[in-house]
Amino acid sequence: MDSVHLPALQVVVPLLTAPIVAVLRDARLSWLAAVVTSVMTFVVSVYIVQHVLAGAVLSYQMGGWAAPYGIELRVDSLNALMLLVVSGASTLALLAGRQSLTLQIGEERLPLFMAAWLLALAGLVGILVSGDAFNIFVFMEISSLASYILISGGPDRRALPSVFKYLIAGTLGATFYLIGVGMVYMMTGTLNIADMEARLAGVGDTNVVFVAAGFITIGLALKAAIYPMHAWMPNAYTFAPNIVTAFIAACSTKVALYVLLRMDFFVFQKNLVDHESQFTYLLMPLALLGIVFGSVAAVFERNIKRILAFSSVAQIGYILLGASLISVSGFTAAVLHLFNHALAKSALFLAVAAMGLYFARLRLQVLRGAGRKMPWTFAAFVVAGLSLIGVPGTAGFVSKWALISAALESNLVVPLLVLILGSSLLAIVYIGRIVEHLWFGDATDKAVQIGEAPSWMLAMVWLAVAANIWFGLDSSLPMALAQQSAIDLLRQLP
Amino acid sequence: MSQILNLSHYWVFVLLLMIGFYAVLTRTNLVKKLLGLAIFQSAVFLLFISMGKIDGGTAPIILNDDWSQTFSSPLPQVLILTAIVVGISTLALGLAIVVRIKEAYGRIDDIDASSSEN
Amino acid sequence: MSSEVSILLSLAIPLTGALLIALTGRWPNVRETITLLTAVALMLTVWQLFPEVMDGARPAVSLGQMMPGISIAFKVEPLGMLFAALASMLWLVNSVYSIGYMRGNGEKHQTRFYVCFAIALSATMGVAFAENLLTLFLCYEILTLSTYPLVSHKGDPATIRSARTYLGILLGTSIGLFLPAIIWTYQISGTLDFTVGGILTGKMSGPAVGLLLGLFAFGIGKAALMPVHRWLPAAMVAPTPVSALLHAVAVVKAGVFTVTKVIVYIFGVDFLFGQPSSSWLIPTACFTIIAASIVALHQINLKRMLAYSTISQLSYIVLAAAVLKPLAEIGAALHMVSHAFGKITLFFAAGAIYVASKKTELNQLRGIGHRMPWTMTAFTIGAISMIGVPPTAGFVSKWYILGGALQGQHYLVVFTLIASTVLNAAYFLPILYRAWLSKETDPNKLKHGEAPWPMLLALVTTATLTLAFFVYNQPVIDLESQLVGRSK
Repeated sequence: MDSVHLPALQVVVPLLTAPIVAVLRDARLSWLAAVVTSVMTFVVSVYIVQHVLAGAVLSYQMGGWAAPYGIELRVDSLNALMLLVVSGASTLALLAGRQSLTLQIGEERLPLFMAAWLLALAGLVGILVSGDAFNIFVFMEISSLASYILISGGPDRRALPSVFKYLIAGTLGATFYLIGVGMVYMMTGTLNIADMEARLAGVGDTNVVFVAAGFITIGLALKAAIYPMHAWMPNAYTFAPNIVTAFIAACSTKVALYVLLRMDFFVFQKNLVDHESQFTYLLMPLALLGIVFGSVAAVFERNIKRILAFSSVAQIGYILLGASLISVSGFTAAVLHLFNHALAKSALFLAVAAMGLYFARLRLQVLRGAGRKMPWTFAAFVVAGLSLIGVPGTAGFVSKWALISAALESNLVVPLLVLILGSSLLAIVYIGRIVEHLWFGDATDKAVQIGEAPSWMLAMVWLAVAANIWFGLDSSLPMALAQQSAIDLLRQLP
Repeated sequence: MSQILNLSHYWVFVLLLMIGFYAVLTRTNLVKKLLGLAIFQSAVFLLFISMGKIDGGTAPIILNDDWSQTFSSPLPQVLILTAIVVGISTLALGLAIVVRIKEAYGRIDDIDASSSEN
Repeated sequence: MSSEVSILLSLAIPLTGALLIALTGRWPNVRETITLLTAVALMLTVWQLFPEVMDGARPAVSLGQMMPGISIAFKVEPLGMLFAALASMLWLVNSVYSIGYMRGNGEKHQTRFYVCFAIALSATMGVAFAENLLTLFLCYEILTLSTYPLVSHKGDPATIRSARTYLGILLGTSIGLFLPAIIWTYQISGTLDFTVGGILTGKMSGPAVGLLLGLFAFGIGKAALMPVHRWLPAAMVAPTPVSALLHAVAVVKAGVFTVTKVIVYIFGVDFLFGQPSSSWLIPTACFTIIAASIVALHQINLKRMLAYSTISQLSYIVLAAAVLKPLAEIGAALHMVSHAFGKITLFFAAGAIYVASKKTELNQLRGIGHRMPWTMTAFTIGAISMIGVPPTAGFVSKWYILGGALQGQHYLVVFTLIASTVLNAAYFLPILYRAWLSKETDPNKLKHGEAPWPMLLALVTTATLTLAFFVYNQPVIDLESQLVGRSK
């Protein structure tokens, strides 16, 4: 395949099939079409990763108009890795999710739902391939609007107020971002990210650019659910249809984080006077607070999905912490954790979705003893949970290792170590609580009647788990991309 | 004083932005929240459009190969056209959700999903 | 069979066994046959590496990179060889015993039990053969996790609480202390390979050495140095074969083995000797020995008493390693073996008593020697070995440790050894007295004889080994001399 068109294909494939899926009348067919589209997206991203690993930076001029005037799609190591995460998470969730979707969405609404899914996918990959700040905004809104639909599509009415909150927060965040981009545009006259970076050089100490950086960072922090701007997230994750959670939790906040890293590191870091202090005095404290708050809150939650959602708040803190160390090793750790955490959460939520086939409510009390009835699902959950904790042999260990190494190089060794390790210990506690309820709890009336999840779904859950183990034992792929992206984005650092 | 007047479009932007933001944060009626959000977004649209305006500039249409006129920048307007579409979609979706909240709960004020039934 | 293949096989055989056991769970006889066959195959595979290592060869094999610069790699060296040989041999004996115990006791979930046991053994082999700290850490954690279902086997609330303590302390210390120690080591030295003479020489000095040693010593929670010992008594809620093999041999020895390896191959004996900041380890180990013995004195439950005895005996090994003298390092290795033989015998006996009579408390044991002469004879041999009286294995290893302590003029160590011998005698002799010389006082006494024959076979075997090791220990000494011969 000609590598030139890959970035465009990445977006165009799901974007164009979405309306087709929408008019299908057969639920099964629409699911199949969505799966095929998602697999194709995944294949394209694999190709892209191959090219990027070989050292290429893929650039595509939309409509043949040259950048910076035309719209540029641009893929380097960082977004290549993220593309893999997003398309992989979507594919796995769709593959695993037929029964779960049919159960929670219903046959007649499934075609439209699948169309929204593909739009969300198109939006997310669109954000990733875009080399243009305004385009990112548009794709962000496409993916957000589609995600609102996905999240509110389930049978749980509490999803509605939750998604409304998400809509308000998401729109505020995106609009903040837009204000920031507008201000940068005023100063530089360009929207192309690479061009912006070059042209900011002369005006880096003006107030407008400072304010712009602030707006962009805060707006994206809101979308990325960085503590304390996470309030929308736990409910949205909890009450969404289970399969949707597996997809959204693995990638939507990560993609916002990606944009944050791209803007703050690539565009601003070099050009803004004393931009480091934004990390040192704002983002790093927030990251640390998020780690503590998320872990502690997860320990006290009673709904399995909420536990995992609060754990995500903590994990986002890890990613942000790595980045705000502003060092190559820290940034590598952040990107690795973006990847590895997506793997772990994807597997965890898929296992939860398998349990959700039998339980409408996913409170620990209700799920007592369910693990004994579905041992394979439970085992998958446990292994993915170990990855979340960071036990060696799983993907989570690799990024925790990288993060601790980066912390050891910083000048805050002791507090950072205490927080990182302390939060890992809390992860043992909250995963342990789930294990104890699911395995040792006296089976509830409901739990007595159930059996193992459908074998196809189980296979997909285990595929996700296998990825966790694979990348825990051989981390060369994400490591190579993460290191390369750290070098790319921090190239100006000594 | 003249500087303040010259920057009047920024003042309008800031004022609208704050009005919208205030409404989003303080109103408990979901429709009013959404309207606040719409005002908030409109403020940003104004910011973009006003920045493309040049004194004495005209629409960038080249007649008779005459390049000597001053043109306003068309790009922000194009961008905002897109942003308006996005804004309308958001508003529409938001209202649709409010309708469903009304159907499900029978009211349209702020409902805390985590504290209601578990 | 090339030795590389043997190393991989010794990891793969138990795993394959686990899989087959899981698949044949419906037919207990087939399942148990597979368990035994797996144990025999593992033992043969491991043991045929022995002569080669004895001749000075160090077979190694590497599997892919886990992280840049750090592979998952295995390499057989004397200490690991000894540990693997010991664990694989005792697994076979223990499997025979398990069959008797699990059937005699009518336990549930036997398939899960055997599966987890096999996985734990595979992880033990990994710990023994690991070439670098990261591989070791990986296997160490798998060992922790695979033993959790064994500890929580019974599944009642009290057991779950104990299992929580078990997992919490082992995972907590390993992630909270051991892992940062490993990463710190890596940052300083750029490698994690176990290297003769250590990898830290000249790269750090001062109080930092003591701190790093502390992170290792307490991070390796399986070594049960006080105050991170509480998981071991908690683990006693497990079925007795688990306590016998895992919590007297495989798991706890993995702990002290790791500590010894860190001292010998990461710090390097000579380097550590020159660092005053590391001298705290000896008093800490001495304290653990004495304190655990005193706690053991107050126990009324047989298995808990044995657990505290284990804590105390483990610190012998840590202490011996920390003395940093050649004789003591050999003593550490010898004590790994002698304590393993002795303690597994004691646990086997405890389990046999439980299966035959359902007795678990010390004061119920009056006159039991007459009902279960074989069991209690074995128990007596084990107890004598714990105290360190000839002609048992315990004497040999204590002799070497004492020799090392005198060599290094560590009089605190000498004193501790003597005091602990007295304490050991103080808590073992009353049991022997009660078992053999007291009259049964139980009013509603249960008529019972010996436990099922597989259990007897197992405990007689290990008791014999305890005696035999007193006479026949030269191969072990020869093998471990290589350890100090090189590192000195």
